[in-house]
Amino acid sequence: MEPYLKHDSIAALMDRNNVDTDQIIPKQFLKKVERSGFGIHLFHDWRYNDDGTDNAEFELNKPAFKGARILVAGDNFGCGSSREHAPWAIADYGFNTIISTSYADIFYNNCFKNGILAIRVSQEELEKVMAEISADEGVRFTVDLENQQVITPAGNGFTFEIDPFRKGNLLSGLDDIGLTLKHVDKITAYEVTHKQNFPWLWA
Amino acid sequence: MKKTMYEKIWDSHLVVDEAGQAPLIYVDRHLMHEVTSPQAFEGLKLSGRKVRNPHSILATMDHCVPTKNRDLPIADPIAKKQIETMADNCRENGLNLYDMKNPNNGVIHVVVPEHGFVHPGMVVVCGDSHTATHGAFGALAFGIGTSEVEHVMATQTLPQKKSKTMQVVVNGSLSKYASAKDIALAITGKIGTAGGTGYVIEYTGSAIRELSMEGRMTLCNMAIEAGARAGLVAPDEKTYEYLKGREFAPAGDYWDQALAYWKSLTSDEGAEFDTTIVLEGADIAPQVSWGTSPEQVVGVDGVVPSPDSFADEGKRKACEGALAYMGLTANTKITDIPVDLVFIGSCTNGRIEDFRIAAEVAKGTKVAPGVTALAVPGSYHVKKQAEDEGLDKIFIEAGWEWRDPGCSMCLAMNGDELTKGQRSASTSNRNFEGRQGKGGRTHLVSPAMAAAAAAAGHFVDIRTL
Repeated sequence: MEPYLKHDSIAALMDRNNVDTDQIIPKQFLKKVERSGFGIHLFHDWRYNDDGTDNAEFELNKPAFKGARILVAGDNFGCGSSREHAPWAIADYGFNTIISTSYADIFYNNCFKNGILAIRVSQEELEKVMAEISADEGVRFTVDLENQQVITPAGNGFTFEIDPFRKGNLLSGLDDIGLTLKHVDKITAYEVTHKQNFPWLWA
Repeated sequence: MKKTMYEKIWDSHLVVDEAGQAPLIYVDRHLMHEVTSPQAFEGLKLSGRKVRNPHSILATMDHCVPTKNRDLPIADPIAKKQIETMADNCRENGLNLYDMKNPNNGVIHVVVPEHGFVHPGMVVVCGDSHTATHGAFGALAFGIGTSEVEHVMATQTLPQKKSKTMQVVVNGSLSKYASAKDIALAITGKIGTAGGTGYVIEYTGSAIRELSMEGRMTLCNMAIEAGARAGLVAPDEKTYEYLKGREFAPAGDYWDQALAYWKSLTSDEGAEFDTTIVLEGADIAPQVSWGTSPEQVVGVDGVVPSPDSFADEGKRKACEGALAYMGLTANTKITDIPVDLVFIGSCTNGRIEDFRIAAEVAKGTKVAPGVTALAVPGSYHVKKQAEDEGLDKIFIEAGWEWRDPGCSMCLAMNGDELTKGQRSASTSNRNFEGRQGKGGRTHLVSPAMAAAAAAAGHFVDIRTL
């Protein structure tokens, strides 16, 4: 995983609540056995017309949002299916940051495994940054994970909370499994006790 | 300190709990299917790691498998490759796989309980959000992403944040023809699809105790639809009775040992939940979803709501969007909505009890002209049992298609799908836009409601039949 660095990027606006992972990456694209190449299918059913051309009505197709790395969206983003293809598609498309008031649990976990910073903000903070993007499409925000803040040109920036463990992993680009395996002795010791307490699970 | 069942399971599975990092919890059972595992196996191989405990894993093929003409090669080359990759991965790692021709094959969350693979008190994961199903046994069961699938294979643990606890009490008894599905939809309607975010729900109350194990599985299955990490029902005599004698259930002396442990798992009297929600069983009408989110539901005797009836701006906008997508007009009676296709099946409602109750309603009826009706058992065992009971004949005589098991139209990956504008009555779990096919319109209902809609060609209040 690439370390997450401070960056200055276009913020795209998706003013919808309850965006589910079936929309983020529809089921017809879940048959691949690789992790890559999902970006062109991101939001497929909203993004493309039936004839395969871009749907001009879809917000992310606006020229001003081209190249955006920050996605600003409504409440409960990423609900529904656990498919990690959703964050794979988001990352492959080019986003590395999402700003919303809330996320579904599994999706939220999946983001951090894929180098995506999912920022939780208050309703009021969200409304302000949404208004700023609406008034100035193509506006660039600065995301500084180290100092846990987002800076915007119109001064609607904010600081945000994040679990220190997740933050550390994003900043360093560290592999979770490697970290866990540092505790392999404790896992082995747990298993010894587990076998004594619950022998039927190991029969 | 008095503990909830969730806290008891959590505490007994903590492997590492140190400041500055997420707690590591131990995973007892790992369930797998073909869609969310290939990239995890690839990652494992690339890093030179091995599956730590192959016996903790049970795998099946369900999402992409055809539900008819199973003897023919899979037509879709990408799906075929995914199925073959699953078989290769399981063989290379020595995992127990019920492949699509195995008599034990079926939808993962139907197959696993059939074999007694999940017991009370376990931590169970699967790269599938409907893993919550197994909470019906009093196991902490939740969906994970593919990176986490790899993590569990390599370490048998997961870094997890402790959830808050929510108690959902359903008092009294359900009315006739209201089912576990209706409880699940009514809860989602009440608290919303984000209402349970950050929580593990424990379902309590007499209406829950009265549910069969199948009903409890249906209920817990949809905990995720209310945003919860997991759903739990405390084990009782029904749980033990269900498990006893199954392939992976404890046997001999181990049975008594396990039973004593299971009985210790229930939430302590007076244990505190972070939040509690109460419903009256008798008030729960058969539910029908009208929109594109499982929280957009109403009783069958109701009407399609008007956007103006929502005070919340987000909900009003969502209603507007949903009505446009669903091709519905506000204030239409639910029983006036026609259907084109009826689907009974899925990890939510693909068990024997579901087919029994649907057959009871379908018996002696005919599928309405212009309607297609699919009965897709959740597993080959469900299929066989239904056939032994003669249920298949009831469906076939009524004009239904009787298929082989699989996820089928729940997420329409295998070719069973709605075409643009087609409207379904479906016993599955999600009515998201395009879930059952691009432009398809899904109404979530119970099996009895689905069977009644198939015969009438529109929704019917089954309490009036």
